[in-house]
Amino acid sequence: MLPATRSSILRAARSQLRQSQSTALPRYSASARFASTFAVLEQKDGQFQPASLAAVTAGTKLGGSITAFVAGSGVKSVAEEIGKAKGIEKVIYVENNAYDKGLPENYAPLLVENIKKGGYTHVIAGHSAFGKNLMPRLSALLDTQQISDITAIESEDTFVRPIYAGNAIMTVQSSDSVKVITVRGTAFPAPETEGGSAALEEGVDPKAESATEWVSEDLQKSDRPDLGSADKVVSGGRGLKSKEEFDKLMPPLADALGAAIGASRAAVDSGFADNSLQVGQTGKNVAPQLYLCAGISGAIQHLAGMKDSKVIAAINKDPEAPIFQVADVGLVGDLFEKIPELTEKLKQ
Amino acid sequence: MSSLRILVPVKRVIDYAVKPRVNRAQTAVETANVKHSMNPFDELSIEEAVRIREQKAHHSAAPKVEDIVAFSAGPPKSQDILRTAMAIGADRGVHVVVEEKDALEPLGVAKLLKKVVDEQKSNLVILGKQSIDDDAGQTGQMLAGLLNWPQATQASRITINDQTVEVIREVDGGVETLKAKLPMVITTDLRLNEPRYASLPNIMKAKKKQLDKKTLADYGLDTELRLKTVKVTEPPARKAGVKVEDVDGMISKLKELGAL
Repeated sequence: MLPATRSSILRAARSQLRQSQSTALPRYSASARFASTFAVLEQKDGQFQPASLAAVTAGTKLGGSITAFVAGSGVKSVAEEIGKAKGIEKVIYVENNAYDKGLPENYAPLLVENIKKGGYTHVIAGHSAFGKNLMPRLSALLDTQQISDITAIESEDTFVRPIYAGNAIMTVQSSDSVKVITVRGTAFPAPETEGGSAALEEGVDPKAESATEWVSEDLQKSDRPDLGSADKVVSGGRGLKSKEEFDKLMPPLADALGAAIGASRAAVDSGFADNSLQVGQTGKNVAPQLYLCAGISGAIQHLAGMKDSKVIAAINKDPEAPIFQVADVGLVGDLFEKIPELTEKLKQ
Repeated sequence: MSSLRILVPVKRVIDYAVKPRVNRAQTAVETANVKHSMNPFDELSIEEAVRIREQKAHHSAAPKVEDIVAFSAGPPKSQDILRTAMAIGADRGVHVVVEEKDALEPLGVAKLLKKVVDEQKSNLVILGKQSIDDDAGQTGQMLAGLLNWPQATQASRITINDQTVEVIREVDGGVETLKAKLPMVITTDLRLNEPRYASLPNIMKAKKKQLDKKTLADYGLDTELRLKTVKVTEPPARKAGVKVEDVDGMISKLKELGAL
């Protein structure tokens, strides 16, 4: 049962909303209409990261209002860009280069101040490196138990998330007053980035110091689609035998398909491919239209990252490889012959 | 410089090679009679702590490690993994016995760890980036938040010099380097190191090392859970696919499925 004070507030809010509410609003549950979502969005060097809009999509599933938040230097124009995305009521921005690198030591207190000021019920971010690093620290400051990497929303307090490398699906109900959530990007496609008209507002800046100093970064430069959001992914494993073979076979196949390149842990550990390309429980989760892999046996940890792909195709010389149990299309054969042939035929 | 007092929290989980099964009542994953071992990321933490100690032998500028404490909050059998941690090189173990049915959430573990950090006067906590059962990836960051210490998550290299800690961390698209001063919290990524196997003599020695048994009540902790498990289900099974004979077969099947 709800405490008396809360139910009376609910009743008051409910009657207020009944007058103003348009009939088009989704009704997921009686209380869903009172959700107010704070979506933590990402920018990098003044460039908005559209993948982080998954948080907004999750917010729309909760019903209620959505406020987007972004911080960093030169962020006002990013805020304007975000404001055009559908479903956002307001964009709060904090202009300060102290937030450019997303350091959780100062970013978490920044979020706390803005969340407390707005009295939000849900705080959502993408389950990206940024979200994974920052949100649990925020949760601890808010004394709330975060719900990580959700794939579905059942109601305003009930969420679905994979556990055990995706081998089980857990539904949890949160009793926290503020729900801090990270969302799996592939489960919440970004909203349309045109047609919205959110209000812009400057947020509060507590100017907390960060005890951590950002020194440098080394990012992989690539013209290919982003692995996390690509329509097609080609992925290579230990079967490619060497970095030379990986670099010789995989990029042309990716180019022929317009695909991103991924890799198994074995391929990454052996130095065939960069760490950031790893698909799996501890790497990236992908769910493209086509996941075409070669030389990957299909360990539990790899399947965790790709088994929600629409179509899975596999080339492997071992007919007993577990990958064939999840592949829609399987070809038993030597990848050193099959990949070049496939690449040639796809180009035609 | 003052010396390092390292705390390494470890978790007992179902072995990574076992395919978990959901129980019939759909309340949890079946854990009875299933092989358990140390969470793989935690093996990296303990290995790293021991390597930091070993550096001292090669570089006089390397920090002195005064103490490595392995910690676990879990069922009685968690002491097995604490013994493993001690066989790898931890000096002591602390075990807070928590029955499986009372398992803590990451926030609860972080609150407990904060008290352990105070008690053990730790100035460096190395945790795994996530446990492979719950896959939450929260505890280290929460602990850093509660302690108001700097954090470096998903570390692939840790360099400690004169109180300054430099960490290379794995991020989307590559790596970044951070610098902070002790005390701090670091979480490990798979690339950090290659954990050693405990040798038989070290396993025998580990049996004689100190292992303190404690309870949640000893730390005066409120362990009320915030999340209620509504249900646990099997993921939807994928429909059986087809094997094709050749590359042409693959292309035409992919076209048929609308993937090309």
